[in-house]
Amino acid sequence: MSNIPLEACLLVSTVMFFAGVYGFLSRRNMLTILMSLELMLNAADINFAVFNKYLFPGQLDGFFFSLFAIGVSAAETAIAIAIIINIYRNLKNINVDEVNKMKF
Amino acid sequence: MAEQIIFYVLAIVIIVFSILSVTSRRVLRAATYLLFVLLATAGLYLMLGYQFLFGVQVSVYAGGIMVLYIFSILLTSHAGDNVKKVSWKRLLPAGFAAVAGLAICGHIIYHNVYKVVNVVAADPTMQEIGKTMMGTDKNEYLLPFEAISVLLLACIIGGIMIARKR
Repeated sequence: MSNIPLEACLLVSTVMFFAGVYGFLSRRNMLTILMSLELMLNAADINFAVFNKYLFPGQLDGFFFSLFAIGVSAAETAIAIAIIINIYRNLKNINVDEVNKMKF
Repeated sequence: MAEQIIFYVLAIVIIVFSILSVTSRRVLRAATYLLFVLLATAGLYLMLGYQFLFGVQVSVYAGGIMVLYIFSILLTSHAGDNVKKVSWKRLLPAGFAAVAGLAICGHIIYHNVYKVVNVVAADPTMQEIGKTMMGTDKNEYLLPFEAISVLLLACIIGGIMIARKR
């Protein structure tokens, strides 16, 4: 990794993060919104690992941050998908525009 | 040289497929593109020398989460369904936010990040990772590990509570 600049890695994760932002704002299907969220979390993980490798090579802090972030995002995704399937079971729809039964 | 070629291939795969996965009109296809992005990210971890993170990424993300996604997509939509077209009024602010954020962050990264970095450290061994994860000293991570285990337990109970038939 010594002949690859730090900016290149950061640029990759930045593009990934903002692709996630675009999807989060423009998509209307709950599952695709959750997938965009996954992209953003993944970009943050890359940043942790890259900063650890390049700037603090003797330590393992960023490594463990991305390890724990992967665990947290797995838990979050499992619960979110359970909620989405429950909504589908009740309303037969997972479009965020049309799911408004609990609003008043 | 080979390292650089591999890195640029991975970078192009990540960029192209992450953009495709948020613009594709078919949900299942978007999930497949997301799978490619996650696998390329795992490759990036391998290039950084974090073999353990590579294994976790492949088994948790590409193995676990993607299976959940694909099952739930198949449960909630019909095979040929496309996502409804979103109006330009919706797409414009989203695209503007993404491009503006990309420009600002790109500018900051280009002008403010260290230009010269030499990586000399050896890759972390499995023993080192285990000791760091299980230790209680400074820069060791037993407490977050336990917090994650409690979180996963809460997640299991929550999943059962949400998904059970009433």
